[in-house]
Amino acid sequence: MSGFGNALSSSIGRKYVMGITGIFLILFLIVHAGINSLIFLDDNGLKFNIGAHFMATNWIIRAGEYILFLGLLVHIYQAVNLTIQNRKARPEGYAVYNGSANSKWYSRSMGLLGTLLLIFLVIHLKDFWVVSRFTGIPTVDANGNEDLYAVMRAKFQDPVRVIAYALLMISLCYHLLHGFASAFQTMGWNHSKYNGIIKGASVWYSIIISILFAAMPIAVYFGLIQ
Amino acid sequence: MSTGNMNLTLKVWRQKNNNTKGALVDYKLADISPDMSFLEMFDVLNEQLINKGEEPVVFDHDCREGICGMCSMFINGRPHGPKDLVTTCQLHMRSFKDGDTIVVEPWRAAAFPVVKDLTVDRSAFDRVIAAGGFISVNTGNAQDANNLPIPKMQADAAFEAAACIGCGACVATCKNASAMLFVSAKISQLALLPQGQPERYRRVQSMVAQMDAEGFGNCTNTGACEAECPKGISLENIARMNRDFASAKFISEETV
Repeated sequence: MSGFGNALSSSIGRKYVMGITGIFLILFLIVHAGINSLIFLDDNGLKFNIGAHFMATNWIIRAGEYILFLGLLVHIYQAVNLTIQNRKARPEGYAVYNGSANSKWYSRSMGLLGTLLLIFLVIHLKDFWVVSRFTGIPTVDANGNEDLYAVMRAKFQDPVRVIAYALLMISLCYHLLHGFASAFQTMGWNHSKYNGIIKGASVWYSIIISILFAAMPIAVYFGLIQ
Repeated sequence: MSTGNMNLTLKVWRQKNNNTKGALVDYKLADISPDMSFLEMFDVLNEQLINKGEEPVVFDHDCREGICGMCSMFINGRPHGPKDLVTTCQLHMRSFKDGDTIVVEPWRAAAFPVVKDLTVDRSAFDRVIAAGGFISVNTGNAQDANNLPIPKMQADAAFEAAACIGCGACVATCKNASAMLFVSAKISQLALLPQGQPERYRRVQSMVAQMDAEGFGNCTNTGACEAECPKGISLENIARMNRDFASAKFISEETV
C-alpha cells in the first residue's frame, strides 16, 4: 500500500486528481476569459490581438498549453474511470429515487454537463485553436498582428453557432457551480471560517465566467462591439 | 391491532435471495392508524400475510428507538422515508396521507447484497471498522477523565461523528453508492481525540483501502448523504478524512 501510485489509484486519490485538474482548469478559464474580454474594449480587436499574439508566441504559454491539454485529458480520463466504478457500485437501480429531495440536480449531473462541455470543446477548438495553430489566420490588423478578432467576427456571423455557444455556456455555469466548491471539499479544504467565502466565490465565479463567455458571440453577432 | 382509518397501497420489493431476481409486489392495507410507526405498519402487513399462509416480508429492525441503525428501508425514493433526521422505526404513518401509494425498496449497493426482501448484508461496514476503526490500548482501570484535557469544540465534533449508527442510509441514497460519510465519521471520531492520534494515519489508510475493496462508489460531493443521515453526520468529516488521507500518503513516512 505504499507509494504515490497506490495513493492515486485509491478512491480518494482519484478524487484528488479530479480536484487538482479541476482547479487548474478553473484558473485557466480566468486567463482565457480575461484575455478574450479585451474584445469588449471596442477597439476593433487591436488589444485582443496583442493578447492573442502573446499567447501564441510566448514559450512559457506554449509549454503551458501542453500542460493544459494534459490536465484536461487527465480530468476526462479520471471522470470516465470514476463513473464506471460508480455504476458498478450500484448494479441494480431504484424503482423510485427522489434525488431532488437531498441534492442539487447539477451536482448529480456532472457527467452529462461535462460531456456537453466536451462536445463544445471539440467545436470550439476546431473553430479557433486549429485556425490559429495550424491552418493559419488569413489577415493582419492595423498593428500587424494576426487578426484573430476577424476570425472571431466571421465565425460568429452564423446564428446557429452563436446559439450553440451561448447555450453550452449554461452547462459550463452549472458544471463550475458544483465543481468549484466540490474541488475544495475533495482537497479537504473545508473550514467553518472559509466555507462561506468558498461558496460565494464558487457562485460568483461560475456566473461571471459563463456570462462573459456567452456575451462574446452574442455581442459580435448583434454588432454591439466593433 | 390496527384501529385507524388510513388505506394504503404498498409496493414492496420481494426477493427470495441474492441469487434470484426480485420484483415490486403490491399490497393493499386498510384501517392503518396514523400513530403507528412505519415498522408497526409492516407488522400489520406481515400478520395479514401469515394469516393468509403467505411468506411475510423480511426486514431488518432491532431497537425501534432510532439508535441501533438496524432498520433500512428505502421509502418513496429516500432512505428512512420522507422525514429528516429520523430512522424508519421513528417514522410514523401520520407522515403519509390516506390513499397514498408507498414504494419500499432495500438499500441498493454492490457492497450491500440483498439477503432477502428488504434485508441487505451490511457486513462490509463491519470489515471497514475492523480494518482500523479502533484504538490499541492496554486494558486496565479507566483513567480519570481529566487526565487528558480535550477542548470542548474538539470533544463535541468527535461526539457528533460518533453519533453515526452505521445504518447505511448514506450509501443507499448516494447516487454512486459511496460510503465516504460512514467511513469518515468512524475515522473522525478517533482522529479528533488524543487517544486516536498514535494510529491516526495508519487508520485512515487501512479503512479507505478496505472501503475501496468492498466495492463502494466514489464521492462526488452531492451532499445527499448528509441530507439523509438520520444522525446528521456532517460533510466536514469527509473533508477531514481527505486531509488525513493526503497527509498519510504524501507526508507521513508510515505506510500500511
